[in-house]
Amino acid sequence: MDLRFTKTELAFRDELRAWLDDVLPSVPSPPSATDYQAARAYDTAWQRRLFDAGYAGINWPKEFGGRGATPTEHLIYIEETERARAPYVGANFVGLLHAGPTLIVEATDEQRTKHLPGILRGDDVWCQGFSEPNAGSDLAGLQCRAIRDGDHYVVTGQKIWTSNGQIADYCEMLVRTDVEAPKHRGITWVIMPMDLPGIEVRPIKTAHGNSEFSEMFLDEVRIPVENRVGAENDGWRVAMVTFSFERGTAFLSEVIAAAEDLRDLAEISKRVLSKSATAWEDHEIRREIGRLQADYDAMWAMTKRMVSQAQRTGVPGPGGSVFKLFLADVQKRATALGYQLLGRMSLAFDDLGELSHIDHVGKRIYTLTLSIAAGTSQIQRNIVAERILGLPKER
Amino acid sequence: MDFELSADQEALQEGVRSLCQGRFPIEFVRTLIDGAQIDRGRWRELAETGVFSLALSEAEGGVGLGYADAVVVFEQLGRALVPGPLVATFLAAGLVDGAASGDAIVGLVEGRNPTYVEFLGLLDVLLVLDEDGVYRVDPKSVAGTRAPKPLDPLTPVWKVGELPRGDKVGDAALASRWRAIGATLTAALQLGIAQGASELATEYAKGRFQFGKPIGQFQAVKHMCADMVTRNEVCRAAVYWAGCALDDAEVGDPARAASVARIQANHASSDNSKDCVQVHGGMGYTWEVDAHLFLKRAWVLSQQFGSDHEHAESLAAIVG
Repeated sequence: MDLRFTKTELAFRDELRAWLDDVLPSVPSPPSATDYQAARAYDTAWQRRLFDAGYAGINWPKEFGGRGATPTEHLIYIEETERARAPYVGANFVGLLHAGPTLIVEATDEQRTKHLPGILRGDDVWCQGFSEPNAGSDLAGLQCRAIRDGDHYVVTGQKIWTSNGQIADYCEMLVRTDVEAPKHRGITWVIMPMDLPGIEVRPIKTAHGNSEFSEMFLDEVRIPVENRVGAENDGWRVAMVTFSFERGTAFLSEVIAAAEDLRDLAEISKRVLSKSATAWEDHEIRREIGRLQADYDAMWAMTKRMVSQAQRTGVPGPGGSVFKLFLADVQKRATALGYQLLGRMSLAFDDLGELSHIDHVGKRIYTLTLSIAAGTSQIQRNIVAERILGLPKER
Repeated sequence: MDFELSADQEALQEGVRSLCQGRFPIEFVRTLIDGAQIDRGRWRELAETGVFSLALSEAEGGVGLGYADAVVVFEQLGRALVPGPLVATFLAAGLVDGAASGDAIVGLVEGRNPTYVEFLGLLDVLLVLDEDGVYRVDPKSVAGTRAPKPLDPLTPVWKVGELPRGDKVGDAALASRWRAIGATLTAALQLGIAQGASELATEYAKGRFQFGKPIGQFQAVKHMCADMVTRNEVCRAAVYWAGCALDDAEVGDPARAASVARIQANHASSDNSKDCVQVHGGMGYTWEVDAHLFLKRAWVLSQQFGSDHEHAESLAAIVG
């Protein structure tokens, strides 16, 4: 075990720091989080700057236009950009972290040439059409039907939880091409241009009050067969490839931001009263702050273990599910502490006045998603129990 | 950066694992319950393997390894429920003659009013850790009454009054360093307990049938087992980090990392052992099943090298 960065890793960090110091002062402040068109423009402009500086596709192989960074360099990249408060990957998320990696592994040369540069440059925004109203945890039960008609698939059905649905150029989508086959073997992975006739995107208003997700209604959308990635009916395997690019850094930005939120809560605790003294003087509150710090420090150490494992073996360990389970629980506790500290200040979003510029109220609502999105905590526990412990499947 | 075990560390881990399997199987460990509690022959075997001397330099008669190696070793000792004052004797190696070689069994308590002293009547040397240093006390000079029913049947305790002052053998800086090392190695033992309890529970969940199915197929049980894995992994990352920080303060403040490790380890060892009892149902409450031995050891260890509250307070002071 050696936690020190190597000389090469330190050189990478120093070069990145120098570039961030140089470029960040000229980056404008971000637009309102609910102005999705403005957010797209902002996020893709940042992506273009990364591209020009050679940081786009940090973990993509060099031959496909990426930086070819090692998992540890990827960790350094996230740590440095987060600490310097550089813009977040935002609207580029699906393209850079899901669709792009899948195309690199599974697509034809023509498909790669057509799509990868646009993702790297920030020209194209992608969204994901996997989940359906009746295919959530049981994703392989998806029913969105694609019927072959000459050179096209004619697609009819419904998709849901599509982030960036309103602003995307392309959708990585799973469709049902064989209704007779066992459910995992009748699925195909296709690229759907979002400007085709027959696509209707309706924003979903969430419990948070925003519309970060949409639902998509597809009515005889004609997708060219050349947009298929991988073989027909082999889409489930293709979709699983997406996850193989994960190298243990998926939640790092979130952990760094959460640790900063905790420091903010500690400051708040010194300024709000609990009975006659400040909340900070209440030992129960102070200890909870200490315990949360223990959790964030442990998450950092876990991240380094997952990254090291990926660096050695080239494949992601099963640690991701474990990490996500832990993160969801800790974040619910952390934001509950915020609620306790804020008292009646917590009765409205986004307005803590001089106390804080962080929306601790909105963050508490947001934590509800951590045990649901990208596999519920219940599904994650099944994965851990079945894949790590070898306990028998229920089904 | 490479936070995986090195080839040497893997060999060390395997070596200690097989030593525990061969010389401290649970059938043997259980024979110590009503006997002398520490088998001096096997204690020396631990010493010969380098358990107590591994962080001493070769010039001092040690193995010349670091604390990142020590946590890997202590994790295995915890998993096998090896009884005895392992951490205290490790700390004493290099300071107390015979500790490194296993000839002297050394105990340690914090402060002069510990209520109970673990293993007192079996000790050759007792060390007392307080704010201004480390003190050596002759255990024979301490009047103590052996508790007829210790919490952990493998950790006999003696009830004592205020301890004598003893001879100062280390300064405040050593005491402070020992607190970080002691907390980290105790956390490593607890990590092993958390791991051992989760393995015992999982094995039972696979083999015990109810309603015509292995109980591990039911999500209520399966998810409990998954949560044990999560606690193990959180705890392992924290404990290994604390070991690395003791070797190289550049990768982390050793006191901070030790507190993080203890908080995670208290939680993991106690909750995994409790869940291990629960997975076993009624059998989990019997003396025959080992679940209670894991739980009781977890609870004993949680009373050593700083309370959970104290470690939480230390970390809060870093944040605020």
